Amino acid sequence: MEDTICAISTSMGIGAISIIRVSGPDAVNIVNQIFKSSHDLTKVASHTIHYGYIVDGSTSVDEVLVSVMLAPKTFTTEDTVEINCHGGIAPTNKVLELLLSHGCRLADRGEFTKRAFLNGRIDLLEAEAVMDMINAQTDSQRELAMNQITGRVSNLINDLREDLISIISNINVNIDYPEYDDVTVVTNDILLPKVQAFKTKIAHILAESRNGQIIKEGIKTSIIGRPNVGKSSLLNALLDEEKAIVTDIAGTTRDIVEGEISLNGIPLHIIDTAGIRQTEDKVESIGVEKSLKTLANSDLVLLLLNNNEPLSREDEELFKQVSQKNYLVVINKCDLPNKLDISSLSIDPKRLIRMSISQGTGLDDLKNKIIELFNLGSIATADPTYLSNARCIGILENCLHKMEEIEEAIKNNQPIDMLELDIRLVWEDLGRINGTTYEEELLDEMFSRFCLGK
Amino acid sequence: MNNIYDVIVVGGGHAGCEAASACALKNHPTLLITSNLKNIADMPCNPHIGGSAKGIVVREIDALGGIMGKIADKTHLQIKMLNVAKGPAVQALRAQGDKIAYPREMLKYLQSLKNLTIQEGMVEDLIVEDATVKGVILADGTKIYSKIVILTTGTYLKSDILVGNTRTRKGPHGEEPSNHLSDRLKDYGFQIIRLKTGTPQRIERSSIDFSKTKLELGDDTFHTFSFDLNPCYRLEDQVPCYLTYTTAATHQIIRDNLNKSSMYGALDDIKGIGPRYCPSVEDKVVRFADKERHQLFLEPESREYDDIYLQGFSTSMPPEIQEQMVHSLPGLENAKILKYGYAIEYDAIYPTQLTASLETKILHNLFTAGQINGTSGYEEAACQGLMAGINASLKLEDRPPLVLGRNEAYIGVLIDDLITKGIRDPYRLLTSRAEFRLLLRHDNADIRLRKHGYDVGLITEEQITKLHNKLSEISRLKEYMKSTRVKIDGHFQEIFQANNLSLPTTSLSLEQLIKRPEINFKIINQIIEIPFTSDIQEQVEIDLKYEGYIAKAIKEAEKLTKLEKKQIPADINYDLITNLASEARQKLKEVRPTTIAQAIRISGVNPSDIAILSVYLKKEYNQNDN
Repeated sequence: MEDTICAISTSMGIGAISIIRVSGPDAVNIVNQIFKSSHDLTKVASHTIHYGYIVDGSTSVDEVLVSVMLAPKTFTTEDTVEINCHGGIAPTNKVLELLLSHGCRLADRGEFTKRAFLNGRIDLLEAEAVMDMINAQTDSQRELAMNQITGRVSNLINDLREDLISIISNINVNIDYPEYDDVTVVTNDILLPKVQAFKTKIAHILAESRNGQIIKEGIKTSIIGRPNVGKSSLLNALLDEEKAIVTDIAGTTRDIVEGEISLNGIPLHIIDTAGIRQTEDKVESIGVEKSLKTLANSDLVLLLLNNNEPLSREDEELFKQVSQKNYLVVINKCDLPNKLDISSLSIDPKRLIRMSISQGTGLDDLKNKIIELFNLGSIATADPTYLSNARCIGILENCLHKMEEIEEAIKNNQPIDMLELDIRLVWEDLGRINGTTYEEELLDEMFSRFCLGK
Repeated sequence: MNNIYDVIVVGGGHAGCEAASACALKNHPTLLITSNLKNIADMPCNPHIGGSAKGIVVREIDALGGIMGKIADKTHLQIKMLNVAKGPAVQALRAQGDKIAYPREMLKYLQSLKNLTIQEGMVEDLIVEDATVKGVILADGTKIYSKIVILTTGTYLKSDILVGNTRTRKGPHGEEPSNHLSDRLKDYGFQIIRLKTGTPQRIERSSIDFSKTKLELGDDTFHTFSFDLNPCYRLEDQVPCYLTYTTAATHQIIRDNLNKSSMYGALDDIKGIGPRYCPSVEDKVVRFADKERHQLFLEPESREYDDIYLQGFSTSMPPEIQEQMVHSLPGLENAKILKYGYAIEYDAIYPTQLTASLETKILHNLFTAGQINGTSGYEEAACQGLMAGINASLKLEDRPPLVLGRNEAYIGVLIDDLITKGIRDPYRLLTSRAEFRLLLRHDNADIRLRKHGYDVGLITEEQITKLHNKLSEISRLKEYMKSTRVKIDGHFQEIFQANNLSLPTTSLSLEQLIKRPEINFKIINQIIEIPFTSDIQEQVEIDLKYEGYIAKAIKEAEKLTKLEKKQIPADINYDLITNLASEARQKLKEVRPTTIAQAIRISGVNPSDIAILSVYLKKEYNQNDN
């Protein structure tokens, strides 16, 4: 017999109400024991809501609404009860304690979703999407997650697998019935355009999916530059608040400061890094090391230069680093006399912005450049039926890579049955995306990531 | 009770011969009971041995110490390698057998075995005590005792011959089948299923006009199934086959008379399920209505008589319609039909009732092999017979059974499929059933399996030494390939130009050279003579050329091996796992997989069920193992 589990499903703290969810064979029974009302919960119809009090013996703990949903039409497919109590940490915790003392067990991280998956209510992709849904902060994110929950992405993957199965089965018939000419014999010449078409299809999905990833995860943006060129000021200007400490003493920002703004509905995670320069100061040198690491993980790097100072060796060094990345060069302090000569750096003019943070000029230019660079204008309107998490995109990237190898092997005249082996691996990999192909490690990893309560 | 044998084998077909041979070679007094000595190693259907995947099985049988390959080598009419234009993993031998010489050689061989007694008789029941088999009971009531019984009854369990609207209780040659054994098995608790298969007409050779057909010759190079025999035939003595096609007229005749076919309504009591991959010509015409013609092969059955087997034309039409159908074929306008096509319906055991050693789960010491397990094909039968024989003998010796992995042999794939997935129609081995076919090649069957044959005692010291020598030759040649460099001199350029190849820019090692897709040993030998035999060269060429693919296959196989280590306890109670889908629960209870790897392969058991099962196992059985 499965345990009956419970957890607070809303985020803790301030809020008008919080919801405690109970799921398992004893859910109704247990809640009924601590619920005082004119109704006996064990006798009410499924999917109904009831008003009453949660009581500890004769003491009322909270005035609540209780929803009773009976198996199997619930998220976990088990009997489920949701208690809507008043927000606030103390009453919510009290209700939770009462449930625990009446036979519930506190749910593990991700356990409700795990049960929904294990009970066949949702597939793997959907399970992942549930987590995305919970964490969604913008409408685009919610829509993307919803598409995954309703299985549209699963269908997309299944269609891709169908494409491959028709190729695989034809080759297999050729192998198993070599003496019959009834079936078209798949040769490398016939296979090549099919593989190329399939590759294009994956590449397209992948490109769209990366957009999806941007919608979900935002753009990791870091600001770098020599000390005191105005990095923290830029961050503050973007965030419109005094988050980083701004002084005119070089080296004040000793750690990485993070902030988030929304650009066309896409989150932009901005990271202000400690000024990068050769330093003897121990605290600061840790900051510099961290900055370089942050740089490596960024989707976008803003390199800040000072219009009022000549180009230094360090600036050149920094440009060399960012030019490998997706970068924008921002020249600050354009209100002051020009002493900067950037002709020695080969900066793409499309990636150059002049501004004065103190005067408040050029900020919109910067935002527009970013929108342009990431195509954010069109992302929001794109069909959101795409993969939107790193695991799925990783697998798909791997599939694309394998298809490229197959294409190469076809051109190298590898025998058709060898090619089929690789096509089959791609087919299996695609199955790993929506959990059609069994993969053990995945389950453990996935469910440990789910937040408690859902 | 002086008639106590270690093993009784019931049925002398391809499974029975291998089973009896294996047990007798291992010095277990063995009795082979056959309804008729004439039916030993009978080939009642098509005359060929081998083919895609099946040819590799014959090699595997030979590697393990079985006999099918050796008898086939000594008696075939022609032999060829299939799929030569494709990669090495799918190549397989196919021989045209001789329906007289093959059984005769087999009987001669079996009679030479000193621990084997062959007796005619019809087994109608088993002696069973405490769910353990103790022997057999013949039709006349005679009881014969043994420690183990292996049933290899083929199609002879309640077989019915179907032609047009007639049903006759007969075996393939019109002899008596076993009428009670399958009922008795049902009484013991076995689930019995009914299957059917069909066979085409035999035509008199002299009545065929071969000028209207296409010649199909054997290869002009030598081949043998066996790793131990040298070719014992002359290339020019191979007997040709011929190819012809159905015509629009044939299809019309079939469509007009469809209701007269046993399978299309002439008989309304057909329960047997026929093989999907080997449809009757009625099925072909109905199901593939848009096909203008279907291939038919005219195959000689023996050097010693004139029958030609009309491969691809199996039917259960009444004789007068078969006459019309045959005469509509190019070259067969005046053909004389010696034997009409027919369908045969028979009883079989649903194979999930077997363990991986082919012992039944219901009765101890009872093994079954071949068509009784729901397979079709001589090779499929023979390899099961060999495995049943090996495992019966190992059981007698108190040794663990030999269970071949899916990454080790087609035989392993076949048995695992049977006991894990069960069957819907008669099971035929196909290359596509093997997920690790690159490892399961024709050329390396000895490397894969001889060691097992040696361990169980069917492969001799001499044979295993030969294998070890081969292995060391292979590594020597690999070393040689690595260390030998060739210069791009005039001689080299000449050969490359003659073969229309693009020249390499710098000197390179032979290893680098052979890895080029367009290079093979034939070309390399023109540049520099390789001082190794051709079979060693073949091995090294495959190993080096397909190194990347082979490495990938090995990696995939290791994933399987890992899952195979996740054992499911024999006493697991699936009713206690609350979240399993009901179909999955039922299938798991039926198959009782021994590992997670096997459970994954059961149809109807989904990844989420496997996840639930894994979680349950972790919780219930491995709690303290860290």
